[in-house]
Amino acid sequence: MLTFLALASVVLLGIVPEQSQAIVIYTGWERHALVGSDIRLSCSFFSWRWTSEDVTFSWTYRPDGSRDSISIFHYTGGVAYVDNKGPFRDRLEFVGNPSRRDGSILLKNLDFSDNGTFTCDAKNPPDIVGRPSSVRLLVFEKVPIQAGVITGAIIGVVLGLLVLIVVIYYLMRFLVARRVFSLSVSKHGKKKKEGSQQRQGPAPPAADPSKVKAATSEKKKQESRKEKK
Amino acid sequence: MLLLLLGIILLHVAALVLLFVSTIVSAWTTGDTGTSDLWTNCSTTNGGYHCDPASTGEWIQAVQALMILSIIFSCLSLFLFFCQLFTLQKGGRFFLTGTFQILASLFVMSGAIIYTVMSPEWAPDTDSFGYSYILAWVAFPLALISGLIYVILRKRE
Repeated sequence: MLTFLALASVVLLGIVPEQSQAIVIYTGWERHALVGSDIRLSCSFFSWRWTSEDVTFSWTYRPDGSRDSISIFHYTGGVAYVDNKGPFRDRLEFVGNPSRRDGSILLKNLDFSDNGTFTCDAKNPPDIVGRPSSVRLLVFEKVPIQAGVITGAIIGVVLGLLVLIVVIYYLMRFLVARRVFSLSVSKHGKKKKEGSQQRQGPAPPAADPSKVKAATSEKKKQESRKEKK
Repeated sequence: MLLLLLGIILLHVAALVLLFVSTIVSAWTTGDTGTSDLWTNCSTTNGGYHCDPASTGEWIQAVQALMILSIIFSCLSLFLFFCQLFTLQKGGRFFLTGTFQILASLFVMSGAIIYTVMSPEWAPDTDSFGYSYILAWVAFPLALISGLIYVILRKRE
C-alpha cells in the first residue's frame, strides 16, 4: 500500500508539471490616459518554473485601424532594448523588474496617435508555450464623465435632503411628545391639541418645534414653582 | 368655491404638463440641420435622420437633473394638495403644497438659466431656441403663481 502511494506520488509529480508548463501572461484589459500624460503599461507572468536568467519580455504595438504590428521593446540577456526608430523613440522607458517577473514599460507624453493595442509576450525558458496578452490604450483630451452620473447625483442629494428633513421633523415631534408625557400626564392632552392645530404664521415644520419649546419651558417654570412651594 | 378649486387644480396641472413636455420633447434648440435637447442631438445629414446622445458635459447633466427634480416636486405638490384638502383644519393654509410648488418653479428657472448661459457650447450660434425651451420658461411663472396662490389660500368648509 505504502509503496503504491509513493510510486503514484512520484509519477504525479513527474506528470503534472509537464502538462501545466504553459506560461500565463497578465496585462491590463484597457487603459485610459489624458493627452500629454505618461502611462505605465504593466506586464507580468505566471510560470511553474523558477525565473530563469534568460527570461525575455517583448512589447509590440498595433495602431487603431491598422493590421500591422511593430515591435517596440525587447528585453533579453539582462539588457533592455527600447524603441529608437519607431513611433515611440525617446518616449519609452523600461520600468520593470525581470527578476520579479515584471516587464512593465512607461510611455511618456501621449498623443492621440498612440491609440492602439499593446501586446506583451514573455518567455521563461524552458517555459515558453503561452499566449501573449494585449492591453488597449485610449487617449482622451479630458476625462469624460459618464452620462447621467451628475444628473443622478443631484437628484439623489435633493431627494435625500427632503427625506432627511421629513424624518427629522417627525423625530422631533415624537421626541418632544415623549418628553412632555414623562413630565406631566395632565397637561399632555392639552399640549397635543395645541400642537396639531395649524394657525396663522410660519410653515408647520418651523411652527411646531418653536411652539412646543415654548410649552415645555412654560411647564418647567410651573414645575419649579411647584417645587418651591 | 368649487370653481375656485377647479381653477387652482387646472393651473397646477397645466404647469405640470408644460414641465413634462418641455423635458421630454427634443426641441430646445432648432436649426437648419437638426434639433437638440437635453438628452440627444438629432441631425438630418444627407444620410437621413439620426440621433446621438447629448454630450456628457457637467452642465447639461445639471439641467437634466433640475428639470426632473422640478417635475418630481410639482407632482409631489399636487399629491400633497389633495392630502391637505382633506386633512387640514378649517382656516389653515396649504403651506406644504405651496412650498413644493415654489421649489419646483425655482428648479425650472435655474435649469432654463443654466441652459441659456451654456447653450453656445452645445449648439452653433445659428441655431435658435425651440419651443421646448420656451415652454420651460412659461412653466416657471405658472408654477410660481400657483405656488403663491397655495400659500395665501385658506381652507374653508
